[in-house]
Amino acid sequence: MPLYLRLASAILFFCLVLTFLLPSSKAQESPYIVAYDHYMEEPGSLEIEYFSTFGTQRGGNDFHAFWAEVEYGATAWWTTEFYVSGQTTFNDGTIFTGVRWENRLRPLKREHFINPVIYIEYEDINGADKILKEVEGHDVESDYADSNAGLRKEHVHELETKLLLSSNFKGWNFVENTIATKNLSNEPWEFGYAIGASRPLALKASAKRCSFCRQNFIGGLELYGGLGDLYHFGLHDTSHYLAPVAAWNLPSDWTLRLSAGFGLNNSSHRFLLRWGVSREISGFGSMVSKLFRGRR
Amino acid sequence: MKAVSAALVVTAALLYTSLVLAERQTGSPYKHQNDPSLYDELAKAPEKARAKPNPFEKDSDAISAGANLFDQHCAECHGDDARGAKKGPSLLVDQVQNAEPGALFWLLTNGVVRRGMPVWSKLPEPQRWQLVSYIKSLGAGRRKP
Repeated sequence: MPLYLRLASAILFFCLVLTFLLPSSKAQESPYIVAYDHYMEEPGSLEIEYFSTFGTQRGGNDFHAFWAEVEYGATAWWTTEFYVSGQTTFNDGTIFTGVRWENRLRPLKREHFINPVIYIEYEDINGADKILKEVEGHDVESDYADSNAGLRKEHVHELETKLLLSSNFKGWNFVENTIATKNLSNEPWEFGYAIGASRPLALKASAKRCSFCRQNFIGGLELYGGLGDLYHFGLHDTSHYLAPVAAWNLPSDWTLRLSAGFGLNNSSHRFLLRWGVSREISGFGSMVSKLFRGRR
Repeated sequence: MKAVSAALVVTAALLYTSLVLAERQTGSPYKHQNDPSLYDELAKAPEKARAKPNPFEKDSDAISAGANLFDQHCAECHGDDARGAKKGPSLLVDQVQNAEPGALFWLLTNGVVRRGMPVWSKLPEPQRWQLVSYIKSLGAGRRKP
């Protein structure tokens, strides 16, 4: 295993240990797995997340792709996030598929009816990446049918930009994300979309702390897919998914998410089952700051 | 490679120990605690927002629910007792306690993003009003003899 991989694994392991041992804060996490709303990570907080995607594959083997995210609230208007991903293709093998560095910037100071966020991500992944964190361009099911050995030969250095729009209305949250991705190795811009709506089961908080109170559960729906590329824009030869999503924000500071995605056309995977677990560590920034500056 | 792994483990252990020790240090008060301009943002609340009444004003459960919400979302920055902590100012001062409930609700909704206060519109509207009920109740408690 290369040194950088060992390093990445060690950092992730360390972060997982931190999730259990350091103080946490209860976050009101959205249930979306593909779409984004306009909320940033709280300043100085570190959120550690693990997600899995199980996907069916026609003409190949089903797979289980997984990724871990470390998300940090640098300021109230800037959140930065680092991803490490891998996958297991059944009857084939398990491989590391790459890293992503994501930044979300909130340009407006106040809340508006529609709230924009600018999203910029750099991806250094290989062709075997199957986390389907977003669907763009002409991504279709048959792209994933080859063996891991064949797929991993392709190296992808991509710059991905998104305009995230999000609104709240009568307890509902609505999001609309447009995606524009440029493979830095002379490929055309590719486009995609993700839209979603969600709502907590209860809007009012209960006077008692409880795990099963209705306000801790958020349900919703995501719809996402590709829109072709610069030269062939449109729905031809693209894949699309509709996914009911749910999140459970536990008083013990953990958030669990579940999503069952259904392919909407013949180019899509028939079924994508996703789940995730996350925990937020409050005051991580000040802990690190104390560590390096000493007590003042 | 064994040496690299050992070095990583030792580094991680040292970093973790240091973080835990750092966390145990008492948090210093908010560095701009005495800056009156800190509360200027409340004055920026539009008239329409100020005029909004708290729908939970007479709901005693709202204060308990607001206390839970405060503990979960606000205490990290403003302190467990709302007297202010390293990242957030006191909420017991007159500027906050004398502010209209609508102005507090407006501030919670919009945050003060450039000064580090996140927007809290991710909490549904009733929960933000419950938080306002709790914050106002702190002032009432303070005025008791």
